[in-house]
Amino acid sequence: MNFLWAFVVGGALCAAGQLLLDLTALTPARILTGYVVAGVALSAAGLYQPLVDLAGAGATVPLLGFGHLLAQGAVDAVERRGLLGALTGGLSAASAGVTACLACGLLAALLADSRDQN
Amino acid sequence: MGRDCAWAFAVGGGICRLGEALRTGYLAAGHTLTDAAALTSVTLVALSAAATALGWYQKLAARAGAGTLVPITGFANAVVSPAIEFKAEGLVTGAAARMFTIAGPVLVYGAVASALWGAVWYLLRPWVAA
Repeated sequence: MNFLWAFVVGGALCAAGQLLLDLTALTPARILTGYVVAGVALSAAGLYQPLVDLAGAGATVPLLGFGHLLAQGAVDAVERRGLLGALTGGLSAASAGVTACLACGLLAALLADSRDQN
Repeated sequence: MGRDCAWAFAVGGGICRLGEALRTGYLAAGHTLTDAAALTSVTLVALSAAATALGWYQKLAARAGAGTLVPITGFANAVVSPAIEFKAEGLVTGAAARMFTIAGPVLVYGAVASALWGAVWYLLRPWVAA
């Protein structure tokens, strides 16, 4: 049952992040950065794709999956265009999500009031 | 601490469960695996931005901690929230610049790590593929 695995794996990755928040002095920014780099490393080691196959969005929605997307994009681009792909692949693969974030940020800044941020 | 982790697990798992529902829907609509994943991310980002603008995401985050931080919705919140908060300092040096307070480091280290791995893969590939 894919929905159950998505919930369990995604929940476990978030609970691990909560342990890092509670037990270490890591700030949210460092945890997010660490998750993305760890995702690149796990993907490079071939360990992350099996988790994606098992849990679907449970593995791709946490930021580890963002790292996996960057790493996979770099590999795919190297296959297509050689060494240049190492520079183009990562951000190309992630561009939809990143650009959506930036567009939503700008739109929200135009529409919402600062006082909403309490 | 156990209580924090239970909240993070339930809320983070729930966000991923919602993502899986979206992904299944996009796949059923005939999108490829890659496109379905990208559309899922975009949808979650838009939902997170709306929830952030309405002030709901922060209320949930106060309880859920890493459960709302670690999913892509947390990344979107980290972009959208300062954009709104600092709009008073201008749309360029305020909102747009502050969007990258957290997203900037994530993109820098993520992009550099993926480039390094791409270069390593370029060197490994002749041996692995053979």
